[in-house]
Amino acid sequence: MEGMVYRGKAHVFGDDINTDYIISGKHKFKTLDMKELACHCMEDIDPEFTVRVEPGDFIVAGINFGCGSSREQAPLVIKHAGVAAVLATSFARIFFRNAINKGLPVIECDTSGIRTGDELEVDLEAGKVTSLTRDDVTEVTPLPDVMMDILREGGLTDYLRKYGGFEL
Amino acid sequence: MGMTIAEKIFSAHCGREVRAGELVVSDVDFMMGQDGTSPLAIEAFREIGGDRVRDPSRVAMVIDHSSPSPVEGISNLHDMMRAFAEEQGLKLYDVGWGVCHCLLPEQGHVAPGDIVIGADSHTTTYGAINVFSTGVGSTDLAAAMLTGKLWFRVPHTLRLELGGRLAEGVYSKDVALYLAGQLTADGATYMAVEYAGEVIDSLSVEARFTISNMAVEIGAKAGLMRADDKTLEWIHGRVSRPFTPAEPDADADYQEIREFDLDGLTPQVAEPHRVDNVRAVEEVEGVPVREAVLGTCTNGRLEDLEVAARILTGRRVDPRVRMVLATASRQVLMNGMKSGVIQRLIEAGAVMVAPGCGPCVGTHNGVPADGDRVISSANRNFKGRMGNSSAFIYLASPATVAASAVAGKITDPRRMM
Ligand code: SF4
Repeated sequence: MEGMVYRGKAHVFGDDINTDYIISGKHKFKTLDMKELACHCMEDIDPEFTVRVEPGDFIVAGINFGCGSSREQAPLVIKHAGVAAVLATSFARIFFRNAINKGLPVIECDTSGIRTGDELEVDLEAGKVTSLTRDDVTEVTPLPDVMMDILREGGLTDYLRKYGGFEL
Repeated sequence: MGMTIAEKIFSAHCGREVRAGELVVSDVDFMMGQDGTSPLAIEAFREIGGDRVRDPSRVAMVIDHSSPSPVEGISNLHDMMRAFAEEQGLKLYDVGWGVCHCLLPEQGHVAPGDIVIGADSHTTTYGAINVFSTGVGSTDLAAAMLTGKLWFRVPHTLRLELGGRLAEGVYSKDVALYLAGQLTADGATYMAVEYAGEVIDSLSVEARFTISNMAVEIGAKAGLMRADDKTLEWIHGRVSRPFTPAEPDADADYQEIREFDLDGLTPQVAEPHRVDNVRAVEEVEGVPVREAVLGTCTNGRLEDLEVAARILTGRRVDPRVRMVLATASRQVLMNGMKSGVIQRLIEAGAVMVAPGCGPCVGTHNGVPADGDRVISSANRNFKGRMGNSSAFIYLASPATVAASAVAGKITDPRRMM
């Protein structure tokens, strides 16, 4: 994850997007094939999402993104749908942890000014989101060091393979 | 300044005083995965290069979400869990044992003062018996199986003091729903909740589980209560190892304290499609229902069945309603057979499926039709939750579920008492 800078288009959702909306239970229990599951990402609230999204795009949401179950399939299908990062005003804590563990950057920042289609540049190390469309910069709530380290390794499995345990 | 229950439990595990906001690496006393999350945990465990689970006696895997399996894909994932459990010598609760959150306390795996993780969001349930228990994802479970530890941020605590006395026909589920409505779905995000006050004191341990179960519906990391005499009596005979309950200090440093007077509380209903979309039953009465669900980790224990049976005895489920009963565990089922409560529910027209999650999460056992309205004793009513995004789920107490099943429409249970 070189430098951790991403560029892409925003797809804006509302508040309290729960994990059942991200990937419905009726699909997720059946398989570990994330490519297959990724076709159902956001299906119940936006059936066209997987058609519109392009590799490197961002999901942008309001408060409490990822509330609900602990299913790790939620960040995984987002990642497999090609999404580079999720930006939200706030996240539910299990989703937040899972996303980092799976190497999906989650960015807590004020998203109220972002509209669907906006071009964004996200710089994780610098902790800022730049809207290329609107020409403004938003500060990101910094991640704890342990989470940045996990993200730098691309997720918790690689982190543990490298360090063998947790380093605070 | 004194310490909260969460700070006490983390301090005891870290061997030094730790405070809210600190990042710590802590031993995990017990860990659990269910059939929706264990397969990914096993994959992650292998990916990390894991060979042996650090301490198999601290791990359980539970086949409860799609149990028995409805399709071959799930059957194969269940087999993956069986093979891993056998290889590692860890406890597997196979088809028929019940829902993980009923089993862990019932089978004596968790004790006051413990730190417990579960790869399921409703792991907050055991907070009712003073366990710091929280939901994690599969990779965190894999990491903890491998190392015996996990990193945590010691949470700040929101204390909820619940005063007053619950009226007849009003149950702990109504309290949980009321709090969800008042605090909203993210009212306690990143925080632990401490529940206290006369209302909590008056409740049975079974009824308390319902409240801690739904702590996650207000975003909480844990839903803690102190261990009182009722707790210790309930634990007695279940847990054989020594344990140390954590008492909050009188001058503990809370993020916030909120008081609620529940004297006049009436039965509550969460309307679709949000758990915090809560109204008094009076405002929702009359909505026709086609399915009624009694069970789940929220309200599938013996007391819940008894409450429903009291309403259903001498009455019949409306012929247009499918009433699905799933006991939260085999033990609940057996006790219910002994007491006759199961007989009464079936006689009244309920249909019983295997102990476990039942139709709660939409994989089987009662997927609603398009446009169906469902009254359920579960904890979530998100669109699509029960497997059909064109259905509408209303959450309520077992009493309200039973009364609504009889009437064929949402009904105040106090009319049938
Ligand atoms: S009963 Fe429902 S909420 Fe409880 S663990 Fe099972 S699926 Fe989850």
